Amino acid sequence: MSALTGRYEILLSGSGGQGIILSGIVLAEAGIAEGRKVVQTASYGPESRGGASRSQVILSREEIDYPGVISPNFVFVLTQLAADKYAHTVSPQGFVLADSSWVEAVPQNLPAPIIALRLSEEAASRFGMALFANVIGLGFFIERSGVLRAESVTEALARRVPKHYREANLEAFTFGRELAKQQSGQ
Amino acid sequence: MPEVFVKEFARTQHLPTIWCPGCGLGTSMRILMKALADLEVDRNRLVVVSGIGCSSRMVGYLDCNTVHTTHGRALALATGIKLSRPELTVVAAMGDGDAASIGGNHLIHAARRNVDITTLVLNNSNYGMTSGQTSPMTPHESVTTTAPFGNLEHKFHLCDMVKGAGATYIARASTYHYMLAIRLVKKALKHRGFSFVELLTQCPVYFGRFNRMSNPSDMLRWLRDNAVKYVPGKEKELRDEQYYIGELFRDETKVEYGELLRQLRERVRSWEAKRS
Amino acid sequence: MAQTLLLQGNEACAEGALYAGCRFYGGYPITPSSEIAEYLARKLPLAGGTFVQMEDEIASIASIIGASMAGVKAMTATSGPGFSLMQENLDLAAVTETPVVIVDAMRGGPSTGMPTATGQGDYMQARWGSHSDHPVVVLAPAGAQEMFDLTVKAFNIAEALRLPVVLLPEAVVSHIREAVRIPDPGEMEVIDRYQPDDYEGNGFFRRDERGLAYPPVLGSGFHPHYTGLAHAEDGFPSNDPGVVRKFVEGLNQKVAKNLDLVTDFEEEAVEDAEVILASFGVTGRACQHVARLLRKQGHRVGYFRPRIVWPFPEARVRELAHTADTFVVAELNLGQMRLEVERIACGEARVVGLHKVDGSMLEIHEILVKVNEVLP
Ligand SMILES: Cc1ncc(C[n+]2csc(CCOP(=O)(O)OP(=O)(O)O)c2C)c(N)n1
Ligand code: SF4
Ligand SMILES: [Mg+2]
Repeated sequence: MSALTGRYEILLSGSGGQGIILSGIVLAEAGIAEGRKVVQTASYGPESRGGASRSQVILSREEIDYPGVISPNFVFVLTQLAADKYAHTVSPQGFVLADSSWVEAVPQNLPAPIIALRLSEEAASRFGMALFANVIGLGFFIERSGVLRAESVTEALARRVPKHYREANLEAFTFGRELAKQQSGQ
Repeated sequence: MPEVFVKEFARTQHLPTIWCPGCGLGTSMRILMKALADLEVDRNRLVVVSGIGCSSRMVGYLDCNTVHTTHGRALALATGIKLSRPELTVVAAMGDGDAASIGGNHLIHAARRNVDITTLVLNNSNYGMTSGQTSPMTPHESVTTTAPFGNLEHKFHLCDMVKGAGATYIARASTYHYMLAIRLVKKALKHRGFSFVELLTQCPVYFGRFNRMSNPSDMLRWLRDNAVKYVPGKEKELRDEQYYIGELFRDETKVEYGELLRQLRERVRSWEAKRS
Repeated sequence: MAQTLLLQGNEACAEGALYAGCRFYGGYPITPSSEIAEYLARKLPLAGGTFVQMEDEIASIASIIGASMAGVKAMTATSGPGFSLMQENLDLAAVTETPVVIVDAMRGGPSTGMPTATGQGDYMQARWGSHSDHPVVVLAPAGAQEMFDLTVKAFNIAEALRLPVVLLPEAVVSHIREAVRIPDPGEMEVIDRYQPDDYEGNGFFRRDERGLAYPPVLGSGFHPHYTGLAHAEDGFPSNDPGVVRKFVEGLNQKVAKNLDLVTDFEEEAVEDAEVILASFGVTGRACQHVARLLRKQGHRVGYFRPRIVWPFPEARVRELAHTADTFVVAELNLGQMRLEVERIACGEARVVGLHKVDGSMLEIHEILVKVNEVLP
């Protein structure tokens, strides 16, 4: 995070249908609830129909001029392609989270730590759908970074997901936070 | 033009018209005026929209609200008028090139939507304004400036096409069949939904001249001799220059588009009232 | 109650249209503009308005001209390929003095180009796409809030000056999500159609001292004639050279005579700047970032971004050309706004272009490299 402006950059990348865009929107909404300036952008198109998709969020205490990500504080990669393309862009002050259910070759020698967890497999066995990997990651990220309050993210999440998946989403988010706590305990 | 309705309906200060002597468009305009006058249509609430061409210049002479748009686009523009102000009577008058060629797609979709617009196609079998080129309504083997050896193509059966597209009133007549034409245009005006009248009209100066009918009366005879009265169930093979006259199709059951829109607004409003 | 919502640029544009009183939308789907149509298809019926998906972009613009002539504020939205199809009727709106708003959400590249990528290649087309001399005003929003604000402004300008107004966001601006404050009704000015009670001698297209004509709405008791042919003050066609000259000149002077209404730009630290980064749309925000960065490092760099890009803020740029040494014009095309800056700077200041046409936004380091090259 830039000390001057409090600019905090998040880059989420996976393949279409992994819920990357939704996660970005949830983070942006939570940011607004906490009085931050926010920008959310995404790569669209054929890419969002199965290829590499990307969602970026910027949180800031000041007005955001450039809406692009310059050097992300947090990078979340859900596919090998995403890992190869974006993991190394992480800022030295940040960290990378990789879903090693898909990212088999975890990138090494990055400017910041990388944490690899088998999120999709965990999601499938605990919540019945690999899709929840993304929300587990969100929980992990919020707990570890502390950049937004867990309550604001939970509220935004509850608002944005379909009613019949709300419970499962909230549980997945909590599970992600637990994972982060365990990690830091180690 | 002696009739009272002409004086009432014409912007007399803009007469005489630009049309050539013997042109059928004067008669065509009188057919429309007479139908509007008979039905006592309120001219303050009447909008006549046209495209570009000799036919489309008609709107300049009609004393009501008139819009002379771009070539082929009359119906698309009329759709915007009618849907935003359903209380207005909207008529679209255009040439055969306007309706069947450059504006063909708009004709298809205006008919399909069944918007309450009365469409009058003034079919003079060629592009009059640009000096007699081939139109999609030019009969096979007829001569035009762009078909000097005779037209290789066949003419467009526009009435059949708009029926397939979803129009709910379809009729055809010619300037020779003056009284019939007035009756049909009146029915079309009264019909709620997309109504379509093809009116064959003479262009003696170009189409007539190139096809050995430079005398307007030759052309009227041509219009008379090629007309075949339409009797449902007794359709037969027609030569390319022949055409059916009369009411060809009517469907009173299909709900008009503006009415569907009105119902939609009401439905959404009552949902919203229940929600809050 | 005013509310602040996380809205996509296209959604903010649709909200702005509703706020401005738009009650008719006719359009044809195309990326990256489609969310405007989708949003209004949901919202317009409740507002008592009309949404209609037309058969193509030619029909779309024709339908909104019709709705507007009938007195209902109307708009359409498209992207480059559709905007090209709209050109013929865009100047029908101009010569019939019919207010309409057209959104051209710019994709990358010519022809079908890169539908989901961003670009700024329609800058010149927005001004000169239709044949011959005609007035048009073009606004370029840089984010979601401006998508709202400038849409309201677009309708206001269209109604005040009676002409087509184009809103020209880049794809990134169409799809960006930011907090958007939607003001209370009455908080922002909304200009509605003015119509005199009487037209002396049927002078439906006669101009007042501000150069403006106020032709009547269809079905309002008058019998106006609207035509795309050159016409006299009564609206009827004429080939008289005097009448025609007055018609063309009058039409085109409308904008010049009302520059106060159509001048809108943002600038920072330009007073003592040696180098001014000039750009429009969200590309401008990247320039702003760089200008601030370099200021902090002690360089005399300023930033200039027109929100209304046509008419180009000529007077201000001429002033800046006197004080600055260099303009760096950054844009996602091969130098369209640069031509305008060059014309105005006219040797008073050096003009350098920074152009990118690969479908992505300009990045901070790319701008930094360019500015470092020209810094004294
Ligand atoms: C876009 C465009 N293309 C071509 C023209 C030239 N043009 C003017 S009228 C016309 C044909 C008119 O034929 P039709 O619609 O049959 O009307 P008519 O003159 O025969 O009544 C053409 C091609 C034009 N005005 N606009
Ligand atoms: S060219 Fe033909 S259609 Fe046109 S005015 Fe003359 S006769 Fe009539
Ligand atoms: Mg014709």
